[in-house]
Amino acid sequence: MHLSLAVGLSALLFGTGVYGVLARRNAVAVLMAVELMLNAANLDLVAFDAWFKDNLHGGQVFALFVVVVAAAEVGVGLAIVLAVFRLRDTVAVDALTQLADRDPPARADTVASDSAP
Amino acid sequence: MTGADVVFALLGVVCLAAAVLVVTSPNVIHAALWLVVCFGALAGCYLVLTAEFVAWVQVLIYIGAIVVLMLFGAMLTRAPIGPQPAGGAGGLDSGNRPLAALAGLATTGVLGTLVISAFRGAYVDIHHTAVGDGRVIGAAVFRFFVLPFEIASVLLLAALVGAIVLTRREVSDAEQADRA
Repeated sequence: MHLSLAVGLSALLFGTGVYGVLARRNAVAVLMAVELMLNAANLDLVAFDAWFKDNLHGGQVFALFVVVVAAAEVGVGLAIVLAVFRLRDTVAVDALTQLADRDPPARADTVASDSAP
Repeated sequence: MTGADVVFALLGVVCLAAAVLVVTSPNVIHAALWLVVCFGALAGCYLVLTAEFVAWVQVLIYIGAIVVLMLFGAMLTRAPIGPQPAGGAGGLDSGNRPLAALAGLATTGVLGTLVISAFRGAYVDIHHTAVGDGRVIGAAVFRFFVLPFEIASVLLLAALVGAIVLTRREVSDAEQADRA
């Protein structure tokens, strides 16, 4: 089969993931879009492994390692999302503006109210 | 255009359509379930590319574990179940969708033109390549990739401990005294 089919699908999946990460405001949905990007990289690894006829099967083995890293990333990412939800009562990524540098009066209020526990 | 091309193209269409629904669905639970369809179709793509073991790992880990973890996360953060007004306060999409679409299209355009023009005539001979089944991949992992494998296990352990530490609720001495 043609390699351009696989790499083209991978590029399309990656672009979809980029759109999802930028357009979603729920942190869990952002994590899903990150998974799409990781899978796009996996597809490339497997396709090039088959194309090179790699005797060590490096592409497929590293696809497995990417899966492992993705599992770890989702575990820690969801733990962070849960901690943020417990602290702020929201997981909307555009509502977490405490570190933003765009509204000086509101920021002064936030700092004043946050300094008291 | 061989049979493998046709099968791969059909699976790719399913995968891409499901991926688009993952990032556009107004319901986070529906998005997670479309993620299952996307990953299942991708596992089929891996099977066409002779990566048998990777396909089963994809089904077991991605569909079996990661999507379930996503669903748990959506429920624990009390994600809005049911369709939300687009762009509203409770909506899943932020206000920068046109910009995000532009960035996604630009990324796809750059990556797509680059890789397709680079590998225009490349042909994967899937009939004369060693099938990546459990025996072959196991031999490769434990013969040539032992160190990355061990590092991955330590990484998983560290992520496990980190996730527990992050989500653990601190119980103060007074609360413990109350319970006793």
